[in-house]
Amino acid sequence: MNPHPIGAESWTRAARAHFGGPDETLLGLAETDLDAHRQFSPGAVALTTRRWLTLRLVDGHARVVSECPLSASGAATLSDHGGVGTLDWLVEGKLQARWEFRLGLQPAVQLLVDAWSRLIAGEGAQVSAHCRSCDVELTTGETLCEDCAAADETPPSTLTLLRLWRFARPYQSRLLLGFGLTLAATAATLVPPYLTMPLMDKLLIPYQNGQDLDKRLVSLYMLGLLSAALLGWLLGWARTYVLARVSERIGADLRTTTFDHLLNQSLSYFGSKRTGDLMARIGAETDRINVFLSLHLLDFATDVLMIGMTALVLFSINHWLALVTLLPLPLIGYLIHVVRDRLRRGFERADRIWSEVTNVLADVIPGIRVVKAFAQEGRESGRFRAANQHNLEVNDRVNKVWSLFSPTVTLLTEIGLLVVWTFGIWQVSNDEITVGVLTAFIAYISRFYTRLDTMSRIVSHTQKAAAGAKRIFDILDHQSNVPEPAQPKSLPRVEGRIELEQVGFRYGNRQVIRKLSLDIRPGEMIGLVGHSGSGKSTLVNLMCRFYDVSEGAIRLDGIDVRELAVADYRRHIGLVLQEPFLFFGTIAENIAYGRPDATRAEIVAAARAAHAHEFILRLPHGYDSLVGERGQSLSGGERQRISIARALLIDPRILILDEATSSVDSTTEKAIQSALDNLVRGRTTIAIAHRLSTLRKADRLVVLDRGAVVETGNHDELMARQGAYFALYQAQARQAEALLEDGV
Amino acid sequence: MSAIDGQLSRDGHGVWTLTQGDTMHCPVSVVRAYPLSAPDESCSVLDAHGHELVWIESLADLPEAQQASLRTALAEREFTPVISAILGISSISTPSRWTVRTDRGITELLLPGEEALQRVGRGSLLVADAAGVQYLIRDIAALDRPSRKLLERFL
Repeated sequence: MNPHPIGAESWTRAARAHFGGPDETLLGLAETDLDAHRQFSPGAVALTTRRWLTLRLVDGHARVVSECPLSASGAATLSDHGGVGTLDWLVEGKLQARWEFRLGLQPAVQLLVDAWSRLIAGEGAQVSAHCRSCDVELTTGETLCEDCAAADETPPSTLTLLRLWRFARPYQSRLLLGFGLTLAATAATLVPPYLTMPLMDKLLIPYQNGQDLDKRLVSLYMLGLLSAALLGWLLGWARTYVLARVSERIGADLRTTTFDHLLNQSLSYFGSKRTGDLMARIGAETDRINVFLSLHLLDFATDVLMIGMTALVLFSINHWLALVTLLPLPLIGYLIHVVRDRLRRGFERADRIWSEVTNVLADVIPGIRVVKAFAQEGRESGRFRAANQHNLEVNDRVNKVWSLFSPTVTLLTEIGLLVVWTFGIWQVSNDEITVGVLTAFIAYISRFYTRLDTMSRIVSHTQKAAAGAKRIFDILDHQSNVPEPAQPKSLPRVEGRIELEQVGFRYGNRQVIRKLSLDIRPGEMIGLVGHSGSGKSTLVNLMCRFYDVSEGAIRLDGIDVRELAVADYRRHIGLVLQEPFLFFGTIAENIAYGRPDATRAEIVAAARAAHAHEFILRLPHGYDSLVGERGQSLSGGERQRISIARALLIDPRILILDEATSSVDSTTEKAIQSALDNLVRGRTTIAIAHRLSTLRKADRLVVLDRGAVVETGNHDELMARQGAYFALYQAQARQAEALLEDGV
Repeated sequence: MSAIDGQLSRDGHGVWTLTQGDTMHCPVSVVRAYPLSAPDESCSVLDAHGHELVWIESLADLPEAQQASLRTALAEREFTPVISAILGISSISTPSRWTVRTDRGITELLLPGEEALQRVGRGSLLVADAAGVQYLIRDIAALDRPSRKLLERFL
């Protein structure tokens, strides 16, 4: 939904109408949505070669309401607080104009400010912008390109299922074969009722009237019935086999595609989604779609074919009776239509509630130690029960509608049969049709109505599958906000120079990093210091490109990291985290995680350098010991050394140590520290450590506070300056003393 | 052909010692680095504190005599019976008592749960019984048909 009733073009037109002369051109325009009193009100701010223009709606029309001439001593500043962005125009420090808007509009305003700075710098002032989600070049004033904006607004509907075609396309020919087989199989099942006509009229009724039974004809018809049954069986088997195989493959493709797509999402995506929900989507939803395709859709298609072909046969026999027979169909169609909306909403709700249930599991099982330590089993049990109860209620509500559905269809079936009997008997009494025709009709429609019953079930299955498909496409449609560049530059050899230029990063509406600039020489070790929440970890995440900067740029050897292929860039980075994660597998596999082709000797060498070799040898199966979930339990220090060996093995040019020693005791820390010294040698290193003593080897310490650099220098310089670092150091020293006095 | 630096031998009490020049380390233990995936490659001789004394890149490349004493020392330390056939199981749900034929004879083991079966490398399986002994199935495909059928119910 567009919150602005006025499009960007109207604002642009209004601004142009205000131009003083032909030499004045529009440099940029950004929509705003707050007025001077911070009331919601559509508006815009425009920059021309001469002045700033403020536009508002006057009597429903875009009008320029005020203007400010540009001047050499003026400055445009952009700031934000609490979700509201502010653009100020100051001349000699005095506020001349202020525009306010919600943060969603900030990127466009930022472009305007950029245009202004380029104008000041005397550069060409063409504003170009890129779509927030797909990197397509845009015209002024928009932040999403049309494609992405459209994708944002796709409503959930059964049509979502059609998008599955993308996964079905590779199997086109086999699907066609399956369809042909379905057609043939359905035709075969229509033969037996047809044969009841001659059976009645030519054999049974004449016999009852005293004629002899034609034995040859009897065996011919019986043979016909048998071969129709056999043919139906064979074709039915072939069709189910072919189509089930195809749909199984479509399901598998869907699952792997979704998982691959998920792996390429940025960390912020994983941060904002719950594990249980994602697991349910990839696991259960793809399975549901799969079952829908291989079972329900197949049955439904068969049924539709059968109804169509039956209708044809019936009309060819007797069109009046056929008309009466088919009369209840539209009624049933209407019934299905009425119930379908209700059911869809119900099933979507049921799905959401279902992931609530899995979410509780995904929360509790990894956090079981905390649960037990705080004796909160009762609470968690209650939470699970509540989610389950919720699930029950939602399903009860759906079932209320649903349970009424099938019996109604059955009732209609019976009524339909009654109508056919009545009309048929009347026709027979008028000698318009034979008894055989009536029998054939009854035989046809009793099949056909029983199929209607199962057919009506397709509604719920389709709705469920559509809901599932929507949830899958939610993942697939989500563009990673760490996009791959269209034409990535290659970086075969890395020196390891990192430049951060005016880097800014926003998490939600919180500015975490502000205008941070830092130049890191190749091979230099930088220690990042600061209170928790000062932005150290965020900065490291930005350098790893787990997120992209909101403003400014990070450059590696002079190339913007956004121009490098993500995986290619990360290959040069070794990361050692506070809580090293070991995958389930052997120690050797875990060390070789970043380079699966490493030889056994290389793995041993890396482990040796990480001081992990000896403790590994002491394990019952050496390097073949299983670790990770369900594996050997290792101490924090041991896990950490394995992760150091992992980083050593890929031989990265850039090394990032995020609190690598803070979760272990000081003896272990020493062992890890000397392992780290091996790792750091000759590499550009960025280390975060809470304990300042662990950063002694750093060439330069960078002190951060609230997302900005406050001091840089080595330990001695910073101590001499008696600033922020000094205060931090003093606080830690006092703490250490206090601990000593307490005898801890 | 490389040789290890030092003399590995057994003292009067049957304890393994390593003499390197004038120093004698006692007791020492010999361990394989990759006991499952590459048992004949790298080994290490550790002292009583678990510090490495000698690293052997490839066991098979050592001179005959050294290789023999190392292999004896390894054999004394290691106990991983290799299962060659599963003769019977008490139930298909765990805990389950298995009768197995191993390279050390026929025995029974108690499988505490399905997670006690761990795949190591390609096709081999480690079976940890309730008493902590680990049994190895080197190649699942090489088991006889009845054994494989029994095993499949747990994998």
